[in-house]
Amino acid sequence: MRLSESRITYTIVYATLGILLFITLLPIALMVLNSLKASSEIVQNPLAWPSRLRWDNFANAWRDANFARTLLNSAVLTAMTIVLVCTTGSLTAYVLARRKIKAWKILTFYLLASTTAPIQLFLFPLYFGFARLGLINNPIAVAFIYTAVYSPFAIMLLRTYFLAVPKELEEAALIDGATHWQVFRRVFLPIVSPGIMTIALIIGLYSWNEFLIATTFLQGQDRLTAVVSFFLLSGQYSSDWGEIMAAALIIVLPIVILFVLLQRRFIEGMAGGSVKG
Amino acid sequence: MHRLYVLPTLIINAVIIAIPALLTVVLAFFEWDGVSSPVFVGFDNFRALWDDGVFWTALTNNIIWTLIFLTIPIAMGLLAATMLLVARRGSSFFQMVYFLPIVIATAITGRVWQGMIYSPVTGIAGLMQRAGFDVVNPLTHTSTALYGIATVDLWHWWGFLCVIFFAALRQVPAEQVEAARVEGATFLQTIRYVLLPGIKPTITLMMIMTVIWSFLVFDFVYILTQGGPAFSSEVLSTFAYRSAFYDLAVGKAAAISVVISLFGLLATVFYIRAQAKEFDQ
Repeated sequence: MRLSESRITYTIVYATLGILLFITLLPIALMVLNSLKASSEIVQNPLAWPSRLRWDNFANAWRDANFARTLLNSAVLTAMTIVLVCTTGSLTAYVLARRKIKAWKILTFYLLASTTAPIQLFLFPLYFGFARLGLINNPIAVAFIYTAVYSPFAIMLLRTYFLAVPKELEEAALIDGATHWQVFRRVFLPIVSPGIMTIALIIGLYSWNEFLIATTFLQGQDRLTAVVSFFLLSGQYSSDWGEIMAAALIIVLPIVILFVLLQRRFIEGMAGGSVKG
Repeated sequence: MHRLYVLPTLIINAVIIAIPALLTVVLAFFEWDGVSSPVFVGFDNFRALWDDGVFWTALTNNIIWTLIFLTIPIAMGLLAATMLLVARRGSSFFQMVYFLPIVIATAITGRVWQGMIYSPVTGIAGLMQRAGFDVVNPLTHTSTALYGIATVDLWHWWGFLCVIFFAALRQVPAEQVEAARVEGATFLQTIRYVLLPGIKPTITLMMIMTVIWSFLVFDFVYILTQGGPAFSSEVLSTFAYRSAFYDLAVGKAAAISVVISLFGLLATVFYIRAQAKEFDQ
């Protein structure tokens, strides 16, 4: 589409986009800049360039937020969630996309409705139930909670990938004597694998960043996720903000790098289902 | 046999969401501290909420929140998206940067704003104070705390809408736009009469989602003010959370959750209706 405009229009457009760019980048820039400053310098002027780069902020953050442990916790939790969502989700999406049965339509609507359910609707009985079963501070239990919460979204998105597979491929395989499992494994999975990759990326992002469930269910010192550990570190009144920003950067940096490298997948996955032609 | 494929999803969903959700509805009619055995109290929890000022503050705040997010970020997103359409060069770069805040953890975004911008000691607000401007930390005043939090969420959220609207705008058929231009429509007229109607389904969907999400908002309120000062920024979800885990009034928390869910349900009906067309294919 071509919307060629006058010079004035272009000036206004780029000025507006530039202002929005500045607003978006300012807090991020402040995080990066101050992660390298001594706390006394931040108090003087959060905008000033550091007189000396304080790399030891990162070492202190690493120690005080117990990142050796908590980043590992986050990674394990994220990995478990990705595996659970992708396996159970792709099985369900396959059935929902391929089988025309009345019951599946009800299931689809149920899943759609549960993408919008407030966490508080099930949080309290779940917490006290898990407490009774000794499942608090158990990362596997939390991975299952994440799976339940993120699955409906993942299934809805995966379903569109399964729908795009030509019917003839499946029919041909069935005529050749393949079982449904073989059709799923050998015909569908290879074709929808880009969709599964996208889901893995988005679910990974959500689990890595998740706050409410992690802070409720994982409270033991050695069970904290990186984000919750950061939250506790930065909540102390005596905090050193240079160190806090360094801790923030340690958690954010891997995500941002991944995002910049794979932005198309991120955007497609997160916006998926929201855009309809 | 392939019916069994949905079993793992169904079992996980039932154990984690469906059964506890039903229990929440039941618990709303009980008094329970989470440990001893629950006592049936009928509608007492709801009656207590009716008489509780904090409940009304929280509900009002959720409604204010909904109104803010139905207007400002959607307007910002639409504005930026149409401008990206004009600015062919660099549009994918702008899009990437605008999207960036949403991939940053809420706990981190919250703390960066708290410490680097709002803080009168270490933030930009403090810097401006020392320069003689009359700036205060919005989070520490009852009249501004909610708006201070909303600003952070706005920063985190609007770019996502922009990217979605931009994607939708690019799917508006080029012939329609060109026809309008040939007939002499100005830039603003093209937006008003061709582009906006073209993406109306997407805007509607985003507005429905905004209503749903506005009643779920938790992270930024909990991280930035925990509902304070003096409950001025309390929303229903933080109110429920505090009741359950700090006051150990689980029945009351369940009752609040039921109220949140009723508002959510209303929006969800519209959401499903909007999505239903797509699932009939």
